[in-house]
Amino acid sequence: MKYIEEYRDRDLIMKLADHIRQSAVGRYSFMEVCGGHTSAIHRFGIPSLLPPGIDLISGPGCPVCVTSADFIDRAVSYSKKENVIIATFGDLIRVPGSSSSLEKERSKGADIRIVFSGLEALNIARSNPEKIIIFPGIGFETTAPGTAVTIKQAKEAGLNNFLVLSAHKVMPPVMDAIVREGIRLNGFICPGHVATITGSGVFGFLPEKYDLGCVIAGFEPSDLLQSILMLLRQVNRKSPVVEIQYTRAVTLTGNAIAQRHLSDVFEFTDAEWRGFGTIPDSGLRLKKEFENFDAAKRLPVTISHHNDNPSCICGDILRGLKKPYDCSLFRKACTPENPVGACMVSAEGTCNSFFKYVPDE
Amino acid sequence: MSELITLNHGSGGKQAHELIRNLFARKFGMPEPMTDSAVIKEQGIELAFTTDSYVVDPLFFPGGNIGKLAVCGTVNDLAVSGAVPKYISASFIIEEGFPLKDLEIIADSMAEEANRAGVRIVTGDTKVVGKGKCDKLFITTAGTGFLRSGFEHISTGKKIITGDRLIVSGALGNHAIAVLGARNNLSFSSSVVSDCASLNNMIQSVLAECHQVHFMRDLTRGGLAAVLYELVQISSSGLIVDEISVPVEDPVRGLCEVLGFDPFYLANEGKILIVAGENEYEKILKILRSHPYGEKAALIGEVTALHKGNVILNTTSGGKRILDIPSGVQLPRIC
Repeated sequence: MKYIEEYRDRDLIMKLADHIRQSAVGRYSFMEVCGGHTSAIHRFGIPSLLPPGIDLISGPGCPVCVTSADFIDRAVSYSKKENVIIATFGDLIRVPGSSSSLEKERSKGADIRIVFSGLEALNIARSNPEKIIIFPGIGFETTAPGTAVTIKQAKEAGLNNFLVLSAHKVMPPVMDAIVREGIRLNGFICPGHVATITGSGVFGFLPEKYDLGCVIAGFEPSDLLQSILMLLRQVNRKSPVVEIQYTRAVTLTGNAIAQRHLSDVFEFTDAEWRGFGTIPDSGLRLKKEFENFDAAKRLPVTISHHNDNPSCICGDILRGLKKPYDCSLFRKACTPENPVGACMVSAEGTCNSFFKYVPDE
Repeated sequence: MSELITLNHGSGGKQAHELIRNLFARKFGMPEPMTDSAVIKEQGIELAFTTDSYVVDPLFFPGGNIGKLAVCGTVNDLAVSGAVPKYISASFIIEEGFPLKDLEIIADSMAEEANRAGVRIVTGDTKVVGKGKCDKLFITTAGTGFLRSGFEHISTGKKIITGDRLIVSGALGNHAIAVLGARNNLSFSSSVVSDCASLNNMIQSVLAECHQVHFMRDLTRGGLAAVLYELVQISSSGLIVDEISVPVEDPVRGLCEVLGFDPFYLANEGKILIVAGENEYEKILKILRSHPYGEKAALIGEVTALHKGNVILNTTSGGKRILDIPSGVQLPRIC
């Protein structure tokens, strides 16, 4: 299939793996921050192609995984209200909050519908004028523009029954937090889809402030291997920069239209990240002129804050400090069908990827 | 097990297996191993007996409808156990207000498919429930057929040995993607047509000429992955599968890439997995390929003494990973 198979070509991949083996002199730790990368790395069996000195560490780039339990509790609380339809991406429904999940509420009778886009949620709002439709907006710079467009369309259509519960987040502040926490890294495999929107420029602080190499990577096996090779060479040369491997999608300045939608509708706010706590200016909330569509403003709910299960090490996994095998719950109390932590829920979660794709050590 | 039934319990994955094993099979005293059809031996006659309910949404999709599906599904469940399907029952739960015209089209498809498969629909039941008490139409079919002697091992997999080859009868995922496309909740349409078909004639032409069919299953809910996982459990060996040799049509692969599905886990309604002895797999492939429903049949892997209890996938890109049992709902109400 065009645009897929050429990037999965076995000969090309074997050549790249050879180059990596020849270039690797010593030990390297690279973090892939994007959950899509984590999933692709394990799905294609990339670690089995790398020499033992290269460690790939998964970061906090799965939107479902970094969503706080408080956010789930809020969504659960909305789902129990009369006349409310929760229209959500499928990944979110199984994420455990402090005592329930959207999936459990659905089996008790809550009206919870899975959508593939915000616009689909908007259609539900149009055809159910007597109901309030709440769309939990999760995701990074990649999905937030879609939510922004949806909110603009809701405003144009004069819809009064469509609300967004925003947990949208942006990537650079959490990458900064990871480095400041002192995790030993030699470089970042930067998120290709986020960079498609933002441009590569937003990662410039990593080489400048912290001397860390950055390669913005695509999602096919040859993309990932080429990115790892580019990072290796940066480290060997001791010349960290931001390089774009994913040139078929990413430019220096990114997608100006999507950026404009984002800045029209959203503004930065402090946001809570599972595993990190509050990170300043790392979240997106609706601007005042769109607050009519802000679930937090229009339909405030109070929830009591609960601490996460103390045995769950999702926080350390999201920060790259530990691997799923280090968790006493992994594959035992915590499985994809009965997840304790959010990293086990989403297809892009580190624990879920390890569970699905990586044989027991 | 959580307190309430969730959609996951009907997914054909791990929770569904647990529900069946820990509740129904235990209460009903059903013998292990549980297979697609029960085999009943009485007074010198061996019968295969099976039942299945159909709740597909929407009722009509490219390549078929709920009625055709209800016949094919039961015919295939019988056929993969090595039986010759003969008689089928059909029960209908109909929502008040359902158009009679649609019911006629569905009944026509059932008659046509039964005719094609050489089975007779001989008994049934009809219930109508109030508006909103069921979703349009649900169908349950049961079927029975004669098990040919010497084929009892096909559903239990007793004869599987190291070195056996894994064959799939065609491209994966068409049914799931066709139904999903027909739901109109995707903002694009696709050309994918369901593979919904009765495979008994194709299966019987294999069984007529080959003696090393060691196991057979249709790849319905949970897809190829669910059957491979079942296989490692019952054979207590490992499997090696070459991703590159698993047939998937381009439109299906493309939609999987976009929607984040994996074709290994998608439901099919006209595809089987055969575990074949190493001396006979080429012959089996040849017979399958000579049949319209098996043109794209492919050798995808083998049974190994290594990796016990695991399915190891050699990825297209030359890496290795495990292929796990599907867990949770990939797509509800696909059949």
